[in-house]
Amino acid sequence: MMNYFPDEVLEHVFDFITCHKDRNSVSLVCKSWHRIERYSRRRVFIGNCYSISPERLIARFPGVKSLTLKGKPHFADFNLVPYDWGGFVYPWIKVLAETGIGLEELRLKRMVVSDESLELISKTFVNFQSLVLVSCDGFSADGLAAIAANCRFLRELDLQENEVDDHRGHWLSCFPESCTSLVSLNFACLKGEVNLGALERLVSRSPNLKSLRLNRSVPLDTLQKLLMRAPQLVDLGIGSYVHDPSSEASNKLKHAIQRCKSIMSLSGFLEVAPRCMSAIYPICGNLTTLNLSYAPGIHGNKLTKLIQHCRKLQRLWILDCIGDKGLGVVASTCKELQELRVFPSDPFGAGNDAVTEEGLVLVSAGCPKLNSLLYFCQQMTNAALITVAKNCPNFIRFRLCILDPVRPDPVTNQPLDEGFGAIVQSCKRLKRLSLSGLLTDQVFLYIGMYAEQLEMLSIAFAADSDKGMLYVLNGCKKLRKLEIRDCPFGNAALLEDVGKYETMRSLWMSSCEVTLGGCKTVAEMMPSLNVEIINESDQTEFNLDDGQKVDKMYLYRTLVGHRKDAPESVWILGDLTRSEHHEPSLNDMIQDMKLKNVSGDDDFIIWESNNFKLQGNFSVYGYNPFIFFFHPVVGLGVVASSCKELQELRVFPSAVFGAGNDVVTEEGLIRR
Amino acid sequence: MTFEKDINIDATELRLGLPGTSEESERQASTTLRISNKRALPSVADEKQCDQETAPPTKAQVVGWPPIRSYRKNNLQTKKTEVETSGMYVKVSMDGAPYLRKVDLKIYKGYPEVLKALEDMFKFKVGKYSEREGYNGSEFVPTYEDKDGDWMLVGDVPWEMFVNSCKRLRIMKGSEARGLGCVV
Repeated sequence: MMNYFPDEVLEHVFDFITCHKDRNSVSLVCKSWHRIERYSRRRVFIGNCYSISPERLIARFPGVKSLTLKGKPHFADFNLVPYDWGGFVYPWIKVLAETGIGLEELRLKRMVVSDESLELISKTFVNFQSLVLVSCDGFSADGLAAIAANCRFLRELDLQENEVDDHRGHWLSCFPESCTSLVSLNFACLKGEVNLGALERLVSRSPNLKSLRLNRSVPLDTLQKLLMRAPQLVDLGIGSYVHDPSSEASNKLKHAIQRCKSIMSLSGFLEVAPRCMSAIYPICGNLTTLNLSYAPGIHGNKLTKLIQHCRKLQRLWILDCIGDKGLGVVASTCKELQELRVFPSDPFGAGNDAVTEEGLVLVSAGCPKLNSLLYFCQQMTNAALITVAKNCPNFIRFRLCILDPVRPDPVTNQPLDEGFGAIVQSCKRLKRLSLSGLLTDQVFLYIGMYAEQLEMLSIAFAADSDKGMLYVLNGCKKLRKLEIRDCPFGNAALLEDVGKYETMRSLWMSSCEVTLGGCKTVAEMMPSLNVEIINESDQTEFNLDDGQKVDKMYLYRTLVGHRKDAPESVWILGDLTRSEHHEPSLNDMIQDMKLKNVSGDDDFIIWESNNFKLQGNFSVYGYNPFIFFFHPVVGLGVVASSCKELQELRVFPSAVFGAGNDVVTEEGLIRR
Repeated sequence: MTFEKDINIDATELRLGLPGTSEESERQASTTLRISNKRALPSVADEKQCDQETAPPTKAQVVGWPPIRSYRKNNLQTKKTEVETSGMYVKVSMDGAPYLRKVDLKIYKGYPEVLKALEDMFKFKVGKYSEREGYNGSEFVPTYEDKDGDWMLVGDVPWEMFVNSCKRLRIMKGSEARGLGCVV
């Protein structure tokens, strides 16, 4: 029946389907739907930039206009991933530019964005409108200047929590006078000064500006002027908020704020004098989002008084200096609350002001619509979690972080298995869960049994044995991302069901019990996975034994094989082990290598092997010396993959025999 | 239940040492408890039984724990010092003045503001500041005592650094000021 509809009709119908998952499902119905869907797809989401290539993206979706890319694994946020691990956006931009894609929107998370990339974007895509960078790095204000100067129809420039190298403020002045299209401007994460005059003029000529988030350098008098020029703002991020409440400046500010009747989201207060908060009260009644998580200066009475004005709050991000009592105020005031995040104001100390299970229980009792939680606390009890589970069965995201990672229930001294068990049993829609505290295998049994919708699970310092991981892998059918650190999960758990990993986006395991041999086995069995070993220790000390425990492993499914941009500290397993013949293990090869200096002549090194089973005869020297002159490591890779009967390998140093870059080492053999 | 006992004893027995050290490789054979792979943390149980008033010992910092984005950690730490000192009042003395004053350095955003405030307070004028010559054109020179106890010329270091290291201010006069590069 559907075949009788012309394509245009179906396309029109598909226009109403915007969710990625739904569009993916649509494309699986039949060939013609697949074809129509792919030509009409405008927005593409790629959760792991190494799972697919830009060429294949464009081949399938030639009409793509909006691209979302994510790079580094989540644990990169916590310094567990080397800074040069990867996630470069430039190759994507280059290919998109070369193939004439009319890119309009780019959203990147945890990617390395060079100034070059930003310049290329700004000069290539004439209709480019929206750039959103979250937790990215690699760029400076120069790149921003290029975006500002060249993107004539820019609507959105949203920089969230990025590490920006250079903070010269001239980029704001680069918006031409003709640029009047801005809807959203967020530069709160920049540390440097900006040209205040340019900022004022920019805001003045942007009648559509709805969202403005300033950085610390923007002083109060500028804020007041900006608000006077943009009373239509819906989302405001205040930079510096220090003033004398009795001063003229403060009065002017109060007046300006009161005119902004549309503000529903407030954040920032990167610098704040708490006695000035009363100026904000007039707009608090409309707020649905309030983020004070960067404002430790607001606490105690000032904080609770502020919150008491915010009766419509749906999303609250706060520091733990609010205390349990303060959370009680939230519970009695914010009846519409859906999302609560409580961050530690002092991550390393005990934090006298920190929150406990009491605060969470109060909020759960007072805010029945609560569905998303991130809660850093001193302690948690099973009883509290059970109560929370009863009060709030609607959790979609539940992330609990007890600051001391192996803390049991302080009242009963029991692990927190039962508490988390209650959460997963009660919250049938739970998609994301982070655990902490003292936990045994039991909690994972509960998770496997009850957490049917779970997509992302973060585990740290938990479990007693492989069983824990197995419960999860067997039970959670919708699991997409699993990240584990410091748990006693080893090869038995890792290898139980390697096919499962193809149904997931990624698996991270660090400081667990998995070994090099186990990881290699996964790589051998599953060519559709990239299995990466991250080893930041001194290379020469790393024992290449299969029995060696792996410090960090990150594996992910991919359609495009091994990436070529990995740094030295990242090894991608599987190159040498892909063959029906018995291949010697890496360990075998190294054991067999004997380093000999045969003639006493320092100019060359001969490596001999007795047990190589690699095939083919290959004598490298004299035939293609350039491999070794310039790319000795690559050269050996070529050798290894093609020379299966290799018995003798002579490696001659390049003419410029320095201390090391051109010298072939074991690493070359291992990597390849 | 030995299981429970193991939890209570071994779970709180946390030791120093990197994974892969010889102590731990011995342990691996014997136990499957998670401790073998743990990084060091001081025993929680002991801490909490202590007097609640005493400050807790500094914990050995586990990499990546607590799981807070580095961006957030970096931005919050600087602000912690702001919170602890509500107002940063330092004494200001002026040569020849009968009594001292106090100013709150926190309310100023930079040198020009604080110097203006001092000028108003003591009814004097500082000269123009230059890196080479200090305050040119006045017999008054603003100086401060830093954390090391040295007397420094106001204006040489970045503002934030000045605010964090300034213990007291002194408006020096005339001949005494010469040593600091002031040209009268």
